Amino acid sequence: MSDSAQTPAVPMPSSGRLIATLAIIAMLSGLAVVLVYQGTLEPIARNRREALERAVFTVLPGATVRVNFLLDDTGLHAVSDEAVDQANVYAGYDAQGNLVGLALPGSARGYADMIRVLYGYAPDQESIIGFTVLQSNETPGLGDKIENDPAFLANFDGLSARLNEQGSALAHDMVTVKRGAKTQPWEIDGITGATVSAVAVGRALRESANALLPKIVPHLDRLSRLEKEEY
Amino acid sequence: MANDLRKTKPLDWDTFKEGVWKENPVFVMLLGLCPALAVSNTAINALAMGLASTFVLLGSSTLISLLRNVIPKQVRIAAYIIIIATFVTVVDYTIHAISLELYNALGAFIQLIVVNCMILGRAEAYGSKNKVMHTLVNSLGMGVGFTIALLSIGAVREVLGFGSIFGVSLFGADFQPWAVFILPPGGFFVLSLWLVLFAALKRRSDLRGGVHAA
Repeated sequence: MSDSAQTPAVPMPSSGRLIATLAIIAMLSGLAVVLVYQGTLEPIARNRREALERAVFTVLPGATVRVNFLLDDTGLHAVSDEAVDQANVYAGYDAQGNLVGLALPGSARGYADMIRVLYGYAPDQESIIGFTVLQSNETPGLGDKIENDPAFLANFDGLSARLNEQGSALAHDMVTVKRGAKTQPWEIDGITGATVSAVAVGRALRESANALLPKIVPHLDRLSRLEKEEY
Repeated sequence: MANDLRKTKPLDWDTFKEGVWKENPVFVMLLGLCPALAVSNTAINALAMGLASTFVLLGSSTLISLLRNVIPKQVRIAAYIIIIATFVTVVDYTIHAISLELYNALGAFIQLIVVNCMILGRAEAYGSKNKVMHTLVNSLGMGVGFTIALLSIGAVREVLGFGSIFGVSLFGADFQPWAVFILPPGGFFVLSLWLVLFAALKRRSDLRGGVHAA
C-alpha cells in the first residue's frame, strides 16, 4: 500500500486499538470530572451558604442578628443555619432586638444565565434599603456593573416597594428605566451599555416583591421583635 | 514513528522565547482571537484571562506530551479535545471550591478557555511531537506571549474606553469615554492596529538579521 520510497509506511493501528484508546481516555476523563465534582460539591455549597449569610448583613445595614425563615403556603417557619439556603426570608435585627428589615432573594434571566440577587426590605418604610448580587455570569466590564456601579447601587437606597390597598401586590411595579430617566421612587436608573442586565435586576426585584411581600404582611407582627426561642 | 525523523531541538532560551515573539499566538499565529477580543475590554480582565489560559495550556500540553506515544495519530484530535475539556472543567470546579470571590472574578473566563484554539492548536502542533520538558517550556512561553498580547489590547481599550488602567482612573471625572473601544468593534480596531505594528517590527528585525522574509 505504501508507494513512497522515502518515508517508511506506518501501519495504521487496528480499529480496536483506536476505539480502545478513545474509550479509555473518555472513561478516565469522565472519572476525573465526576471525582472533582463530588469532591467540590460540599466546599462550593458551604461557600455559597457563607456568602449568603454575609449578603444578608450587606443588604440590611445595622443588623447584627439574622434569623432564617421559610415562607410558603402553610405559613412562616423558622429554619436552622444548616439549611440557610432553603430559607426565602431572612430577618435582620439590631442589637436591641428591633427588626431592621427582611432580606429577600430574587432571580431573573440576564444576558448570560440567571442573575440571583438579595435585597433588603424595611416594612416600616415600605421600601428597599439594600441590594447585592449573589450570583451573576454577566459580561465582565459591562453587565457586571450591576454588582458595583455606584450610581446603579444608589437606586436601592430607598426604592419604593409599597403595596396596593388590598395588600395583594405592589402598588407600582418597580421597573428599570434608561440612565437618567428616573422620575418616580419605584423606578431604577439603568446602566448604559448593560441594559439587559439592569432590566433583569428590575424584573428580579419586581417578581420577588410581588410574590413575597403580600404573603409576609400578615406575619409582620411576629417578625418585628426578635424572639429568643426561634433559633 | 514520526518522532524519530525530527531532529530533537535543544532545550534552551529559544524554546521559551518562541512563543513570546516569533510565534506569538495572537499577533503572529492568530490563534485564540475569540477569547482574546471578548475579555480584553479592561487590563485586569486581560491579565486574568491570560494567566488562566497559560495555566490550562501548560497543564494540558504537558499531559498530551506525556501521552504522545500512546494516542494513535488517527484519533488524536478527539483525544486532545477530551483531555483539554476535562482539564478546564477540573480547574473550574477547583477554583469554585477554593474561593468564591476568585471564582466570581474569574469564573466566566475559565469556561471560555475551552474554545481558545491556541490550546488545541499548540497541543497538536507541538505537544504531540516533542518531549515533556520542551513542551512545558514552550507552552510557558506561549502563555506569556498570549498574556502580553491580551494586555496590550486590554490596556489600550481600557484607557480609551474607560479612561483608566487597571481600574485606576487616569484622566479624572471629566473624561469622555470613547465607548466604541470597550465594545467588540473596538476590539477589532485595536487588534488590527497591533497586528500591523507587530508585522512591521518583525519585518524590520528579519531584514536586519539578514533572514529572507517568509
